[in-house]
Amino acid sequence: MANKSFPRGVHPPELKEMTADMALEVMPPPERVSILLLQHFGKPAEPLVQKGEEVYLGQKIGEARTLFSAPVHSSVSGKVLSVDDHSHPAGNPCLAITISNNGQDRALQKEGRKDPFSLSADEIRQLIREAGVVGLGGAAFPTAVKLSPPKDKPIDTLIINGCECEPMLTADYRLMLETPEDILKGAELARIASGAKKIIIGIEDNKKEAFRLFRKILGASSPIPSDSNSEKASSTEIALLKTKYPQGAEKNLIFALLRREVPRGGLPFDVGVVVQNVGTVKAIWEAANTGKPLYEKALTVTGNGIKNPKNLVVRIGTPFQKVIDFCGGLADEANLLVMGGPMMGLAQWTLEVPVVKGTSGILAWQTPRPQPEHACIRCGRCVEHCPMGLIPTQLAKYVQFNNLAEAEKWGVLDCVECGCCQYSCPSKIPLVHWIRLGKNKVAALKRKKSS
Amino acid sequence: MPEKTFILQSSPHFRDKDSVPKIMYAVLISLIPAFLASLYFFRLRALFLLLSCVLACLITEALFLKLRKKALHPLWDGSAILTGVLLAMTLPPSFPIASAIIGAVVAIALGKQVFGGLGYNIFNPALVGRAFLQAAFPVAMTTWIPPVTLKIDTVTFATPLAGLKFQNAVALGTLTSLKDLFWGNIGGCLGETSAIALLLGGLYLLFRRVIDWRIPLAILLSLSAFTGVFWIANPGKYASPLFHLLAGGLLLGALFMATDLVTTPVVPLATWIYALGIGFLVGLIRLFGGYPEGVMYSILIMNAFVPLLSHNIRPRILGQRRK
Repeated sequence: MANKSFPRGVHPPELKEMTADMALEVMPPPERVSILLLQHFGKPAEPLVQKGEEVYLGQKIGEARTLFSAPVHSSVSGKVLSVDDHSHPAGNPCLAITISNNGQDRALQKEGRKDPFSLSADEIRQLIREAGVVGLGGAAFPTAVKLSPPKDKPIDTLIINGCECEPMLTADYRLMLETPEDILKGAELARIASGAKKIIIGIEDNKKEAFRLFRKILGASSPIPSDSNSEKASSTEIALLKTKYPQGAEKNLIFALLRREVPRGGLPFDVGVVVQNVGTVKAIWEAANTGKPLYEKALTVTGNGIKNPKNLVVRIGTPFQKVIDFCGGLADEANLLVMGGPMMGLAQWTLEVPVVKGTSGILAWQTPRPQPEHACIRCGRCVEHCPMGLIPTQLAKYVQFNNLAEAEKWGVLDCVECGCCQYSCPSKIPLVHWIRLGKNKVAALKRKKSS
Repeated sequence: MPEKTFILQSSPHFRDKDSVPKIMYAVLISLIPAFLASLYFFRLRALFLLLSCVLACLITEALFLKLRKKALHPLWDGSAILTGVLLAMTLPPSFPIASAIIGAVVAIALGKQVFGGLGYNIFNPALVGRAFLQAAFPVAMTTWIPPVTLKIDTVTFATPLAGLKFQNAVALGTLTSLKDLFWGNIGGCLGETSAIALLLGGLYLLFRRVIDWRIPLAILLSLSAFTGVFWIANPGKYASPLFHLLAGGLLLGALFMATDLVTTPVVPLATWIYALGIGFLVGLIRLFGGYPEGVMYSILIMNAFVPLLSHNIRPRILGQRRK
């Protein structure tokens, strides 16, 4: 049987061989970290500490005051040096708490924890929120919110996203190979929290080893104690997906695995599904099992601009400069620095930016000079490859001529910015850039109308 | 040490290697077999016509770019050269060079640049040039010489389709054989005579994924269906679908003209309608029209429908409610 997939999409060079076989290495904590207060989708956290204060490892230093927010925690023990604006990998400076590391990694002793599997759904969500867990696939959506389906939308399936469809990234693959049981246990907790009946773990077929490992574990004996609080009927399936980009995009993954379509403008809730990344469920398990909040992150440092590519576990707040130094430094010819994958990652202008919860990779390579842009020759490749079924060239033209009503009508807001259109455009038109601009303009217009 | 600087650009940071010039040059490469065939069958006339059309197209393009105060680099994107080659391919071998040059100027000026240059034209530029010549020089455009390989000493000669239309060839049994149509040992426009040469080029384009496979397939299907119905009904009067596929400009048109990226729809369903329409119109004109051949007009007519099709036919967005 052919592996599951979605229509259209592209297959860019994978370039995973540089780091795929390198085990995750724990990077020693740096001398100082800068913990940004906005590391998630939503409102920034509010600082709980002041300059000069001593903090523990894992201490909550930023509080989430609204639903769409997440707290942040200190990733070292030491002294707060400043609470000030700092450069942010997403572009706009943001308040950050800079802490000098005393090197002791002193953590507060947590009082006796309950068995994670005896917790109720509410307790699990509360624990996830307190631990500052957000979606680690890149979008950094607060996980507790994602696991709180509205009452009228029952969830039947929890999908664990092990696609890692972005080229070059291998950190999720390493997590699956090295800590599969943590992932399975975290997934079970997420399942309980969401109320789903079953779990499907989706893995692309260029990561067969991870697929085999999971199958072996699930075939032998469930790592989840059978006397857990879970509905006994739960089952975990593992599915092999075709290696194609963007297989791990939420809506495409749901379609590939379940043939369900999330309605336009809707959420996975609407089709009874919740999707969680493998790194996220691992963080859930750690938070539940040991009380460890999210203060470190597995990421891939690679590209031919990095002297010694690695998969690392890095403390959040570590400046990119330190991470790259730990990987042998930058090659002289490197002229592009990207946080995330090469298809959707954000280009960086400075090495000062710190690692955030959503950092899935730090990439550097030499990119050729941009080629001259030609007029659209209507070749239709953007249409042929758009996983959402849009006409990117037409949307870009609507935005260029500021025809926002048509842009919205023909789906500018449905764009997930995966970049398939721009990747395949022979005219080298910055289609995603135009569409992003259109999305912003349409959203601004809507806000204006509603206020 | 100066601080390291990085390029700031929006994602995606990977780009496919294909580009507009590469696509245009791929089409030019794909026309090499047909060009070699025309050299073989019509000798130096083919070369001169081709060179004069290409040169005239390039000069016209350069003039317009200059007049419109645009950069000159689009001159070398290959599209003007391609228009020249395609126009030459659709001319009779005996066509006067001076008139061919007029056609080339019209193709670029009225077919392409007045719309705003590459990417904005509605009609296939080479066919606009040819349609102009058909109107301006109707006699020269329908005077055919035999290929030199036939060694016939006549001044004029009928194309297989003209034989079918005006000389009752099916009933008389003088219809050109499929074998001659396949190899190209027949009268006709420079580039259209040899089916095998065109197929080779077309296969290359399909393999290279430059042209949309739906277009030649749909044209083939609808023309076969249309002519097939009549052939089955009365094989004593009508030619077979295979004859219609191999004769005249059908292959040249279906593989190289109807597939022009700029003047075709971008949405698959619209592409099907567009190409099925071409095949149907070719059949209609050949069987019931005043001309023996209808490929040029069929493509131009369907080109005109492309904006309408594009406006009304959109792909279904993922998650869009089915109507």
